[in-house]
Amino acid sequence: MSALIFEQSVPGRRGCTLPRLTAAEAAGRLRIPARYFADAPPDLPEVSELDVVRHFTNLAQRNFCVDGQLYPLGSCTMKYNPKINERVAALEGFAALHPLLPQLRGGGMLTQGALEVLYQTERWLCEICGMDAVSLQPMAGAHGELTGSMLIAAYHRARGRRKTKVLVPDSAHGTNPSSAAIAGYEVVTIPSGPDGELDFARFAAALGDDVAAVMLTCPNTLGLFNPRIRELADRAHAHGALLYYDGANLNALLGRCRPGDLGFDVMHLNLHKTFATPHGGGGPGAGPVGVKAPLVPFLPTSVIIKRPDGTLALEYDREQSIGYIAPFYGNFGVILRAYTYLLMLGREGLRRVSEHAVLNANYVQARLRPQYDLPYDRRCMHECVFSAARQAARGVHALDIAKALIDRGLHPPTIYFPLIVKEALMIEPTETESPEELDRFIAALLAIAEQAERDPASFAELPRTTPVSRVDELKAARDMRFTA
Amino acid sequence: MPFIPHTDAQRRAMLAAVGAASLDDLFADIPPDCRLAGLNLPAGLSESEVYARLHELSRRNATPLVCFLGGGFYDHFIPAAVDAVAARSEFYTAYTPYQPEASQGTLQAIFEYQTAICRLTGMEVANASLYDGGTALYEAAMMALRLTGRNKILLDSGVNPIYRNMLHCYTRNLAIAFDEIAPVHGQSDRARLAAALDTDTAAIILQNPNFFGAVDDFSDIVELAHAKGCLALVSAYPIALGLLKNPGAMGADIVTGEGQSLGLPLSFGGPYLGFLATRRSFVRRMPGRLVGLTADRLGRRAFVLTLQAREQHIRREKATSNICTNEALCALRAVTYLALLGKRGLAEVATLCAWKAEYAKTRLGAIPGVTVKKSAPTFNEFTLELPREAGEVVSRLIDKGFAAGFPLGRYYRGMENYLLVAVTEKRTREEIGRFAEALEAVL
Repeated sequence: MSALIFEQSVPGRRGCTLPRLTAAEAAGRLRIPARYFADAPPDLPEVSELDVVRHFTNLAQRNFCVDGQLYPLGSCTMKYNPKINERVAALEGFAALHPLLPQLRGGGMLTQGALEVLYQTERWLCEICGMDAVSLQPMAGAHGELTGSMLIAAYHRARGRRKTKVLVPDSAHGTNPSSAAIAGYEVVTIPSGPDGELDFARFAAALGDDVAAVMLTCPNTLGLFNPRIRELADRAHAHGALLYYDGANLNALLGRCRPGDLGFDVMHLNLHKTFATPHGGGGPGAGPVGVKAPLVPFLPTSVIIKRPDGTLALEYDREQSIGYIAPFYGNFGVILRAYTYLLMLGREGLRRVSEHAVLNANYVQARLRPQYDLPYDRRCMHECVFSAARQAARGVHALDIAKALIDRGLHPPTIYFPLIVKEALMIEPTETESPEELDRFIAALLAIAEQAERDPASFAELPRTTPVSRVDELKAARDMRFTA
Repeated sequence: MPFIPHTDAQRRAMLAAVGAASLDDLFADIPPDCRLAGLNLPAGLSESEVYARLHELSRRNATPLVCFLGGGFYDHFIPAAVDAVAARSEFYTAYTPYQPEASQGTLQAIFEYQTAICRLTGMEVANASLYDGGTALYEAAMMALRLTGRNKILLDSGVNPIYRNMLHCYTRNLAIAFDEIAPVHGQSDRARLAAALDTDTAAIILQNPNFFGAVDDFSDIVELAHAKGCLALVSAYPIALGLLKNPGAMGADIVTGEGQSLGLPLSFGGPYLGFLATRRSFVRRMPGRLVGLTADRLGRRAFVLTLQAREQHIRREKATSNICTNEALCALRAVTYLALLGKRGLAEVATLCAWKAEYAKTRLGAIPGVTVKKSAPTFNEFTLELPREAGEVVSRLIDKGFAAGFPLGRYYRGMENYLLVAVTEKRTREEIGRFAEALEAVL
């Protein structure tokens, strides 16, 4: 157990040094009346710098992480995060740059380097996705979805079309229906067919002139690429609906195929997935949106433009823009890391990413198939989804398998998602894992399958090798203790 | 290829294992007419070449300007230990702690962050963080609309104009009526707020200190709001909370703010950190992740994500918010910063900011033609009235090495000659003196 930092507090101890006021500065008086002051300072810990560093170092050691082990969370693309990205993001000329500088007259010229990073990243992402323009402002994938939904609403409104519905497959990420609903749409869920794809007949039946958009993940969350995607796009377009691409699984297609060429009109990317920026324990991410030409007028304020003299500027005055979805230009520090990664990979490197991501996933799928049920037994793309139904029949559920992997020092796959697979184990190895690492992971899962046959009761006490064993989630929800 | 470890022999063996003749074979489901021959992009570069290029780009940004620019985003000092903690790759290369046994480090850090935010704001419960101060304010407004079932929002125009723009943008497709009330003498206009409050009002949104730097005690406004069944939302500057009465003590219902000043670099606008704290009774209507205290199978203290039934991955289109990612690494920086500063350190940073700002006010206000705008008391930011257009003055001061402040004419009509000046603990007496001389010289 690691004591809370608040429990380590010793009155009078300090963890920082601060400048003193000079005599001149202290000669005046503070003209804030007493009634505006707090009675006492906030009850923060009183600890030394070493206390803080040691505390958080100890906490760090209680985490699994990509730098420590394979982290095959499906839909999350936990690839290696190159260290050069961190060095670049720490450069003083980027890290210390005030975001309001470009809004000062003459200030834009002092941020040309940063604007160039944004401008170039937009150009690269347009080419990679087959889109006409990209806005880097959304600060996460779900934020990109919401922005995309707002763009769709603005597009239809400008055409005087009243459209109230968004179609979403039942295999979609939860953020899809949620983002569409928050943008003001009624969400219609379309079931999947026996092949794991959107049920085409049900989709066609739900398509009406009141449908604003169809949100799709491609390949979908089962890791399957829909061969009828073009036909689907044509049907949607025939009803004046736009096609939205959830970029969570773009790692499968890099350099091989572009959403824009498949018929998608609006999309978001997850720079923290596809473009190797760190996941940070759950953020910060970045979720740029890409659009085809008809949606460009609606992009969020501001947009970066290149002036005739080659300098870059931010344009704020855009009549049809949806407005300000972010305070500034997006999560610049994240975008900068992604740009660094793009420059290193180049056109060939990007193509190699998808090839090896898909190869790794298919390898895992082939090797585990004998011991785990594969509900949709086809070639997968960058991830494969098994069901632990066979093990669950012995009392060993997907959750137990996850805990057994943790016990062996391996991070488990995503479990119980997508919702349409019972006891789902959703495995996304990513391209940065070597075959040897995959073999170790496969061997562990095969041994766990064997253990489920032999001794299903043994799973209840797993994991045993971690700082805490199985955690009581119900107690947390019941006790509702959210602070020290 | 960079970051791909496979050898040719391994590739061949793996293709054989999956029953594919070639890598191309793996993409057979993609319709032939959608397959891309190649991207029209440059070839990859080595690590040293990429670093050199980006280093060069970083040098094309501002010569180091002495920063008096704030507007809600401040040049505070970041202790080295904050960078050291955030550079632990066990933190930054992990993901959302869905598997608690493998993520106790992140979970405990977020629990401590939630605790620190509650103690700072005087509230009972804080979430695991949101994207930034603006989206946090929008989420708080949505929460208030849901909690009250009403559709009108009273917005003090002393709230950061960037955040007001964001609120309008996000709610454009929803039937929400906004009423904006301008401050008088820099402070919230009680009379007009009271007159505009009615039983359709879901929330009144305030900011402390407000965009002009003025400090306030909203207790009376909160009381008026509550009398009409309306919720009081306060956006707060966390450094100021080291010194000033917190929103919880004023009776606020939801408190949000931008956490950038808590150990996060300015980084040209992000990643930042939105914090949101509220009453315990509202917790099930709160957006975003939340860490709770619990025990493991053997009774040992443990932490876990909890009350997830509010969230999109469970509730889908009925969730309280569509948010999935939070800003965990930024929250880690914030809690590390707050622990290093500690109870007394945070109060001292706030005090330094306030005193230095008063000193700057005196020095700048003594320049002929320059007037410190008469207003309510201010914290570390204040408004100067200049004898000429502020945008022009700022432009000339950039040439002299100063980011002089924010010209208010950009967001407030009729305030073209007004300049918003921010002072943090990093500004020295000497810098303030040189700034005063430079300003006098360009007027």
